[in-house]
Amino acid sequence: MDKVIIAENLSLAYSNDETIINKANFSIDSGSFVFITGASGSGKSTLLKSLYGALKPIEGSLVVGGVELRGVSSSKLNFLRKHLGIVFQDYKLVKEWTIEKNIMLPLIINGYEKTVTQNQVDSLLKHVKLRHQAGKYPLELSGGEQQRVAMARALAHNPILILADEPTGNLDDYSSQLIWNLLEGANEQLKTTIIVVTHHIPETMKVDYKHYHIEFGDIREVI
Amino acid sequence: MKSFKNHLSLVIALLSILFSLQVFTIVERAIDAYKENLAKNYALVVVAQKRVDVDKLLEKSELIASINEISPDSIITKLNSGISKQNIALLKVTLPKFYKVKLKRYPSPNELEKLTKLLLRSQSIEKVEAFSKTHDTTYKLLLLFKTVISVFAFTVIIVTILLIFKELRIWQFKHNERMSIMGLFGAPVWLRSAVLFRLAIVDAVIASILSFVIFSYLSSLSWIEEQFSNIGISIVLFDKIYDFLIMLGVSIVVSMLLATFIVLGHKEEV
Repeated sequence: MDKVIIAENLSLAYSNDETIINKANFSIDSGSFVFITGASGSGKSTLLKSLYGALKPIEGSLVVGGVELRGVSSSKLNFLRKHLGIVFQDYKLVKEWTIEKNIMLPLIINGYEKTVTQNQVDSLLKHVKLRHQAGKYPLELSGGEQQRVAMARALAHNPILILADEPTGNLDDYSSQLIWNLLEGANEQLKTTIIVVTHHIPETMKVDYKHYHIEFGDIREVI
Repeated sequence: MKSFKNHLSLVIALLSILFSLQVFTIVERAIDAYKENLAKNYALVVVAQKRVDVDKLLEKSELIASINEISPDSIITKLNSGISKQNIALLKVTLPKFYKVKLKRYPSPNELEKLTKLLLRSQSIEKVEAFSKTHDTTYKLLLLFKTVISVFAFTVIIVTILLIFKELRIWQFKHNERMSIMGLFGAPVWLRSAVLFRLAIVDAVIASILSFVIFSYLSSLSWIEEQFSNIGISIVLFDKIYDFLIMLGVSIVVSMLLATFIVLGHKEEV
């Protein structure tokens, strides 16, 4: 099976401070569903940031979607990010854009045609049950609704890999279930690789998944 | 309303730059027109023992527009009481030759000094009267006026640039988040900055149009035209094509620089 992520002796740190991830070795198969757990401050979000190139490795090698992220150029990083779907804990929606335009963002960046973009956005809004809110701005929505918008945005361009940082952290049961269903659907139907950083793995998971745990700067698969 | 406020601060800053620039242009044009007027009414008087070769003198300096001999008749008329016709004829021969040297433009004191020396080098020329005292005073007055206006315009531009830098920080704060989010989804720099550059161009166009309206109105006021005609000059206060294009160019360059600073100063969130 193809590997979508390969990390060898990977070390991560913020500005030469204490190393957060220390010489970790792991790989993730294409099309798999992966949970990464760990205590607060263990380095889960740091690892996720490194996977979309917001934090560069200080040591070792990290290859995501065939792109080596250590010393990556900005054009290569943009190329990689165009094929990623990212769900942030704090949603990261553009406040001055309607939710419709927020969902359109990756489609615009990837140069999709207007009609394709509109159809895709309509379909996603239906999936996240926000069709009636299309013209609203992020701050007019609840936290759960904003996270559903962020999820729709991450799915919009059929990415090869979705990275989700505690996507259901502060959400009600309804929104949480909706998000897990969307992630499972993308993994099952589109064979999208999903990596979710979370404190708790939901008990309702229907798809097979792998579980990695971070402790003391090391990443280990939990079998 | 929010969108209007977004534009207002940069538009006002750009307007003040364009206003200073146009005021400076008007003063330049007024001084040039006034100098031209002065040049028309200004001439040097050259005194020579014998007739000079006018063509040779004309070749000596590009500044000289024409050289005309002043007829001695008027001087003789003043003296002719009780002088016989023969003596008058003799006087006409023995009197030195006077020439009026007109210049192409109003010279600086330096140019005038050089020209005087150049004329005196000619063997037959004995004296050159440049009326330099009056000339220097007028020239220095014009220079002073121009300097005062330049300092004023420069001060306004500096203050405005400081205002623009303050605006830059607000813009940076306002656009940073959106640019970071777009970057996280792989948007190239030009796409991330597109909104910013569009806003900058729109503001530059708005400021130029407003300046166009203001100066078109001011140039149509008869009161202003009267003031200029009172000092004997007539100038184009605002050239609707040339001046507008200059204004548009300046405001686009300034606002694009502002947008470029923001783009260059943008740092991705970690």
